[in-house]
Amino acid sequence: MKIYVPIDSAAKALGAEDVVRALVQAAADSGQAVEIIRTGTRGMIWLEPLVEVETDGVRYGFGPATPEDAAAILDGTSVKALGPVEDLDWMKRQTRLTFARVGVTDPLSLDDYQAHGGLAGLRRALGLTGQEIVDEVKASGLRGRGGAGFPTGIKWQTVHDAQASRKYIVCNADEGDSGTFADRMIMEGDPFTLIEGMTIAGLGVGATKGYVYLRSEYPDAIKVMRRAVDIARGAGVLGADVLGSGRTFDMEIRVGAGAYVCGEETSLLNSLEGKRGVVRAKPPLPALEGFLGRPTVVNNVISLATVPVIFEKGAQHYADFGLGRSRGTVTLQVAGNVARGGLFETAFGISLDEVVNDLGGGSASGRPVKAVQVGGPLGAYMPVSKFDAALGYEELDAEGGLLGHAGLVVFDDTADMLGMARFAMEFCAVESCGKCTPCRIGAVRGVETIDRIAQGDADALPLLTDLCETMKDGSLCALGGFTPLPVMSAVTHFPDEFVRTKEAAE
Amino acid sequence: MSDQRKIVIDGTEIEVDGAMTLIQACEEAGIEIPRFCYHERLSIAGNCRMCLVEVKGGPPKPAASCAMQVKDLRPGPEGQLPQVFTNTPMVKKAREGVMEFLLINHPLDCPICDQGGECDLQDQAMAYGVDFSRFREPKRATEDLDLGPLVETHMTRCISCTRCVRFTTEVAGIHQMGQTGRGEDAEITSYLGETLDSNLQGNIIDLCPVGALVSKPYAFTARPWELTKTESIDVMDALGSSIRVDTKGREVMRILPRNHDGTNEEWISDKTRFVFDGLRRQRLDKPYVRVDGKLRPATWPEALDAAAAAMKGKKVAGLVGDLAPTEAAFALKELVEGLGGSVECRTDGAKLPAGNRGAYVGTALVEDLDHAGRIVLIGTNPRTEAPVLNARIRKAWLRGAQVSRIGEPVDLTFDVEELGDGRDAFAKLPDIEGEGESIVIVGQGALMAEDGENVLAHALKAAADLDAKVMILHTAAARVGAMDIGAVTDGGLMAALDGAEVIYNLGADEGDIQGDAFVIYQGSHGDRGAHRADVILPAAAYTEENGLFVNTEGRPQLAMRAGFAPGEAKENWAILRALSAELGATLPYDSLTQLRQALVARHPHLAEIDTVPENQITSIEPTDLASGPVHTAIKDFYLTNPIARASELMAELSANAKLRFSDKIAAE
Repeated sequence: MKIYVPIDSAAKALGAEDVVRALVQAAADSGQAVEIIRTGTRGMIWLEPLVEVETDGVRYGFGPATPEDAAAILDGTSVKALGPVEDLDWMKRQTRLTFARVGVTDPLSLDDYQAHGGLAGLRRALGLTGQEIVDEVKASGLRGRGGAGFPTGIKWQTVHDAQASRKYIVCNADEGDSGTFADRMIMEGDPFTLIEGMTIAGLGVGATKGYVYLRSEYPDAIKVMRRAVDIARGAGVLGADVLGSGRTFDMEIRVGAGAYVCGEETSLLNSLEGKRGVVRAKPPLPALEGFLGRPTVVNNVISLATVPVIFEKGAQHYADFGLGRSRGTVTLQVAGNVARGGLFETAFGISLDEVVNDLGGGSASGRPVKAVQVGGPLGAYMPVSKFDAALGYEELDAEGGLLGHAGLVVFDDTADMLGMARFAMEFCAVESCGKCTPCRIGAVRGVETIDRIAQGDADALPLLTDLCETMKDGSLCALGGFTPLPVMSAVTHFPDEFVRTKEAAE
Repeated sequence: MSDQRKIVIDGTEIEVDGAMTLIQACEEAGIEIPRFCYHERLSIAGNCRMCLVEVKGGPPKPAASCAMQVKDLRPGPEGQLPQVFTNTPMVKKAREGVMEFLLINHPLDCPICDQGGECDLQDQAMAYGVDFSRFREPKRATEDLDLGPLVETHMTRCISCTRCVRFTTEVAGIHQMGQTGRGEDAEITSYLGETLDSNLQGNIIDLCPVGALVSKPYAFTARPWELTKTESIDVMDALGSSIRVDTKGREVMRILPRNHDGTNEEWISDKTRFVFDGLRRQRLDKPYVRVDGKLRPATWPEALDAAAAAMKGKKVAGLVGDLAPTEAAFALKELVEGLGGSVECRTDGAKLPAGNRGAYVGTALVEDLDHAGRIVLIGTNPRTEAPVLNARIRKAWLRGAQVSRIGEPVDLTFDVEELGDGRDAFAKLPDIEGEGESIVIVGQGALMAEDGENVLAHALKAAADLDAKVMILHTAAARVGAMDIGAVTDGGLMAALDGAEVIYNLGADEGDIQGDAFVIYQGSHGDRGAHRADVILPAAAYTEENGLFVNTEGRPQLAMRAGFAPGEAKENWAILRALSAELGATLPYDSLTQLRQALVARHPHLAEIDTVPENQITSIEPTDLASGPVHTAIKDFYLTNPIARASELMAELSANAKLRFSDKIAAE
C-alpha cells in the first residue's frame, strides 16, 4: 500500500510527523506492508496533515489526520475520508501549472520529477538559442510574481543584450511578506522545478551561475533546496555539462540573515555580496549592474519555477490563461481569519469574493468578513465593497490595491483597522533599512501619529495623510513607498475608526 | 565618447552629456537642486531624498535627480525631448515633506552648533522648511563617537547622508566608519569604537552637510561670518593644494580646501588643515643676536648690522629651506651670488639635476593619474609625502589601474604589485602588469642616496621604455620654485657648504649645520635652524606673506597673505632687501611687485600662474646600479616642517600614530 504524507513544514507544524509515526506503528500492528512517500503539500492547509492512500492508481485523501486516525485510515474505515483528492472542489477548480507536481511527487526524487513532466522544458530549451528562449518567455506573458509584475521576458532581454564577461541568475526566495508561502511550498515540494527554471534562465541570458537567496526562517526549504541542488548536480542537470549539452550552469543556495528589506532586489544583492543589506539607488538596474556589478536576472521563486512549464507546454499554452495583461496563472495564498486557507493556483481574473467567500468559506471565526489585505504587509486593505475586483495586476491597481505576491490575509468584523494601520507603520519602522529619509523617519513618526489619532487628536489625521504622501513620493524603494498603501486604504475605507473622541477624563 | 543629449529643464532646452546625472544637468542649466547625500566626488547613495524633481513621462512620482542619468530619460510619445521640472507643486511638496522629516529628529541647536551659518540643512530649511513642527514626540537622540582629536561628533544632528562613510571608504581607503542598525536605529558609527586612522579624515568635516561632524580644534572659536577668508596655497607638502585661510583678527582660525581639479580636487590632508595652531607657537617675533654664546633679543638695525658685518668679505653659502617662497629664494640667490657665494636648495641631499626641468619636475600632471592604467612608484610613500595625491592614485586603482612599486612595502590603502625594495628591482620594471597610459612616480627617498642621480637616470630610462610620463614627487613646497630659479650649486649641498665662512639659512630646518661657520637664520619658528644661529632674522610664515610656490608637477601658484606676521617679524623678501642695503649691494627692487618683475623677466614660465609648462627631459646616461635598498623620504608625516613641529596637535597626532603602530605590533 502506498501512502503519501506531506513533508511540507505547514503539514509538519500541524502534526504530520506524529501521523507518519502512527501510520508506521499501525501498519506494523496490523501486519500491513505500507510504503510511505513524503510529498509537498497540495495546498489545502485546513486539511493538513492530509494523508493520501493510493488505491488502483487513485489517491484517496484523509484529513485533517491525527495519530488516532492511523488505524482507521489503513482499514479504509476512517471518518476523515475525503474521497479522491483530485476530485475535491478545491483541486478541481484550480489550474495547476506551476504547482502541478507539488503534493504529488517526492520532492527529492529526480525520477519522480521526470515522470511528471520534469526536465522536458529544459531539454527543449537546450535546443534553442538564447534569444529564442527569451522570446518564448516574452510570448508567454510571464510577469514578475514577486509583486512588481515586471515582464520577465523584457528583464531577460536586457540581461541577454548586456555585454559582460559574466552574468548571474539570482532567485529571490526571501519570502518575507506576511500571509505568503507559495515560494516555500514550491521549494519544499518541488525544488527541481526551480532549479530547472533557473537553468533555462541561465541558458537564455548567458549566465552560468545562479544563486538562491533563501530566508533563514525557512530551514526545511533550505535543506530541501541544498539537497536538490546536490542531486541535480550529481545527475548532470547542473554543472559543466547540463544534460550532456556541453553548456554550463551551476547554482548555490545562500541563506539570508532575516531582514525583510533583503527581499528588495538591490538589498538582496548587497546582502548576497556580503554587504550591509541596504537598498541601492536605481539606476543602474540590476539587469545591467547587479550581483558584483555584473548583469543579473533577479526573479522571484514563482517566476522562475513557472519557466519550465512554459517550455514544456509552450508559451501559447501559458498565455492562453489569464486576464488582460496578466497572463497565465496566479498562485493565491489564502491566509488569516479564513475557514479554508491554502494555496490556490488559477488563471488571473478570479474575483476576490470568489476566493474569500466561496473557496475560502468566509472567516474561520464565522463572523462576517470585514476586509482582506492583498499583497502582503505593503498591500491595501480591500473592504467587502471592493470584493468584485478581479485579481490581475492592472485590475487590482485600478481598485487601489496591489496584487503583490498574491498573499491574501482575511479579517473579520472585529478587526481594529486603526490598529492594523498602526501595525503597517510599525512593521515598516522595524524593517526599514534606514537608508532613505522618508522611510527611516516617516515610519516611526507614522506610528506615533496614529497613536495620536487613537487618543482623539483631530489634527493628527491630516498630518498622517501628508506623512504618507511624503513616504510614498520620496522613498527609495517599495518598502517606504508602499507602507502608506495599507495605512491610507484603512483610512479611506474605514474612516469611522479613525475618528476617536477624547476620553472624558482629559 | 561623449553622448550629448538634449533635454528640457523647466522649459529651457539644454544639451548635456548623457552620462550626467539630472542634478548635474540642472546645474548646467543654472538651477541648483538641494541635496544632502549627493556629492560629485563620491558614489551615489540616493538616500536623503532632497533632490527630488519631476520627470515628465516617468512614473507619477518625483524622481531623485542625483541617481538618474540624462540617458535614462525617455522621450515623449511623439519623440518630444524629455522634460524635467524642478519647481512644480509636486516637487515643492515632496521636498517640503522630506525637509519636515529631517527636521523632526534634528535637534535644531543651531545657536550652539559650529556648523551654524554654513550648514546645508539650515540653508535648505530656509527654502523648504517651516518655523514650527507638527510633530511633538521626543526627538531621536544618539551617543556621540570618539573619532580622535580632529573630528568632533554630535551624532544627534546626523541626517544619515553617509557622505562620511563613503569618503572614508572610497577616497581615504579606511574601513572604520559605517552604518549599523536598521530603520530608526540606523546610525553612523566607527568600527568597534576605533578612532580614524587616516591623514585625510578632516575632509569629512567639510563633507558633513550638518553639524554632526565638526572640527575639534576649531570648536566654538569663531562663527563663519566673522572670518576673513583668503584664498591661498598650502605648503605642507609639494602638491600645492588650494586652500582657504580663515582668519579672525590676526589669528588663523582654520584652513579649508578649495576646489582645484588639477591638484587637490577638493580634499586636503590633516596636516594642511590642522597645522594652524603651529602658526601661534614657537614664533620668532623679534630679531636675536648671539652674544657671548647666548642668543639675546635685538633690534632690527642691530641684527642687520651684525649680519652684514659677518657677511662682508666672507665666503657665504645660502640655503633655501622647504617653505621659502620663490621670491625670497630668488632674492637670496641674487644677494649671495652677488657676494661671490653660492646657494643651494637641495638641503635633503636629493640629487635633482639642475636645469633639467623634465628630470627634476617630471612630465606628468597630477590630473594624468585620472586616466593612467599603470602607475609605478619608486622610492616614495605618497600616503605620507602627499596624502591627497595618494587618494588620487587610489582613485586610479579603483578604476582598474595597476600600481607597482620599488621601495618599502608600506600600506597605501590599495593593492600594490611589489617589485622589491632593492635597486635590483629596476630589472623587473619592463615586465610589470597593466596597460594604458603609464606614469612613473619617483620619490625624493630614491634620490637622496649617494648614487641618487644614477637611480634617477634608471627611473627615467625605465619610464622611457614603458612610454610613461614621469612625476618627481617632491616633499618640500619651495623646492621646485628654487630649482626653477637655479638656487643650486654644482656638486650639491656639500659643495655649497664647502669652505663657507658664513651660512645664510633661509628657513632650512631639516638638517643640522655642522662646523663653526657663522650662521644667519631667517625664518618663522624657533626650530632647529634658529638654535644653531648666530643671528636670527624673524620672518613671516606662509599665511602671512604673498609668495610664489611651484608645486611638484611644476605649476606656479600664488599663496596670499591672510594675516600679519607676529611681533617684529617681516616678510622674507623684505628682510633680504634690507640686508642687501646694509651690505652695500642693494637689490634692485623696492617692492614685491618689482621683485616679481625681475623674477619673471629671468624665468618667464613663472609668470604663467596655474599653468604647467610642457617639460622636456634631457636624458641622463645610466650606469651600473649599486646594490642596496630604495628608501622613502618622510619618517613622520605629522612633523615634517617647523610649523608642524610647533603644533601641539601635530605632536599629539604623531604620538597617536606611533602608539597605533606599536599597539599593532604588540597585538600580533
